[in-house]
Amino acid sequence: MSALKLENVRKVYQSGEDEIVALDYASLDVGDAEIVALVGPSGSGKTTLLSIAGGLLSPSEGHVMVANDEISGYDPKQLTAFRRESVGFVFQNVNLVPFLTARENLLVVADFDRRDKKKATARADQLLGELGLENRKANLPGQLSGGERQRVAVGRAFMNEPALVLIDEPTSALDTKLGEQVMELIVSEVRARDTAAVIVTHDMRMTHYADRVLTIVDGTLQPG
Amino acid sequence: MRIAFIELRRRPGRFAPAAIALVLLTLLLLVLGGLLDGLYNGSTGALRAQPGELLVYSSEAKLSLVRSRIGPKTIAEVQQVPGVNEVGGIGVGLLGAAVPGQAADASVALFGYELPPKGVPAPPSTLGEVYADRSLQAVGVAVGQSLLVGPQHYPVAVIGWVSDTNFLLQGGLWGNVDTWRAVVASARPDAVLAPGTFQALTVVTETGANPSEVAAAIDSATSATTRTVTRSEAVNSLPGIKEQRATFNSIIYTTFFVAALVVALFFALLTLERIGMYAVFKAMGASSRQIFIQVMSQAIVITTIAFVVGAVVAVLASLFIPAQVPISLTLSRGVQVAVGLVVMSFVGSTISLRRVIRVDPASAIS
Repeated sequence: MSALKLENVRKVYQSGEDEIVALDYASLDVGDAEIVALVGPSGSGKTTLLSIAGGLLSPSEGHVMVANDEISGYDPKQLTAFRRESVGFVFQNVNLVPFLTARENLLVVADFDRRDKKKATARADQLLGELGLENRKANLPGQLSGGERQRVAVGRAFMNEPALVLIDEPTSALDTKLGEQVMELIVSEVRARDTAAVIVTHDMRMTHYADRVLTIVDGTLQPG
Repeated sequence: MRIAFIELRRRPGRFAPAAIALVLLTLLLLVLGGLLDGLYNGSTGALRAQPGELLVYSSEAKLSLVRSRIGPKTIAEVQQVPGVNEVGGIGVGLLGAAVPGQAADASVALFGYELPPKGVPAPPSTLGEVYADRSLQAVGVAVGQSLLVGPQHYPVAVIGWVSDTNFLLQGGLWGNVDTWRAVVASARPDAVLAPGTFQALTVVTETGANPSEVAAAIDSATSATTRTVTRSEAVNSLPGIKEQRATFNSIIYTTFFVAALVVALFFALLTLERIGMYAVFKAMGASSRQIFIQVMSQAIVITTIAFVVGAVVAVLASLFIPAQVPISLTLSRGVQVAVGLVVMSFVGSTISLRRVIRVDPASAIS
């Protein structure tokens, strides 16, 4: 079964009378528990592909299926529910809420989903424990190290038990050593949960963590 | 919504500018409202307390209690009008009164009455005895004292307190008709009314009777020598009352508008600052509605807290306001200000709604 399937996905932006093709008939099949690295230069369409896969953008043409749900025809409300229930994001700048503790940052996801508070708290504690943050769950992001913050962000992405995790430039602001630690953490967590992941990166040194590497150039996907 | 409350708890300083502005606006609204109520109550209490739904004046008096004169013949005609249940005469003298132990005279409105107004006992049986409005305590009046009323210092003894019965900002004294006549005769012999003549009548209508129809029937029965109005019309025709209310209400409504602007501007800026965070929330599946509820909840909580603080400050400040300033802080005014501010904070926060809706979740990525 595919965790993510793109079929001839095209994304075109209008700029006055000009058309800007951000993604040009891209097709991609990511299997369950598969980790795919997506590399390419700036402006190549990596972010557009990730956004379409995560239901943040709708494609101009083509089909997008996540865990066999066809999401390309979803309206904004359905996409919101899809993001809440079916995908997890790890953002480039971690993007934790600064006034929430590590545990509360995970519970934000459950808050939007109006999930049972007890179950959500148990899930957050379990994730933080697995991520080695049991003793840091009451700390605010400002009291955590960079690596700890990254781990909280990873935990948050898994909070809704997603079929697909989308990871945006996880090592862009890190040196090689810390970048590798973060990638090891992400990959081990993804593998531990048998979840599929798409990692967007421009850092070729990190691609060996993925099962498969794809390159995107000018909106066109090419095998790595 | 939990996130909104956590932020309020952990980052109170972030909301301090809006909260301080709202505390000051609450204080202003309560003081303005208190002054309006104080002026209104102090001017109209005697008429609002009248037991009858209708008040009858002589037609040429133009609804002035002081100028009006109703003779015994007219009173008899009024009593005969269908729908009239009870008729009572009222008279008033606006005078100064020397209070024992006080250097300055108190301004009093000494009423003679037949039918007891609300909260006022039946007329004292003894000449020279009066019930005094409790507000006169502020100028040193006490039960058991003898006040010397008018230029001839006619003595009247205070035998008890009544509340909210002042007239034209003068402290109400309520005695029997003979006391009123005696005081007026002492102060202004030229203005003494003939026996059986009053300045106005309070008319209690029969159950089920339409007061407006009874009023028209009274004026018809007296061949238009009277002008009969409802109690509220009588109150509104007192000099300056409508203008006073209109002026104060204009200031109060403007202040409510400013409160909405404060909330609108503050939360518009806060939303602008948080666009990145809201984009992340939306990427994680938050709806615009959920985010807007957070903004609105914060606006309402801040406004409510600001109201409570502002109300406490207003009550404390009122303790230091001189007794001559007619301020009346009432629960109903407080509720009105609280509800008004909460509504305005909701209205103000809706300015952020458009911006929240326009936050693009895709901007959370790169």
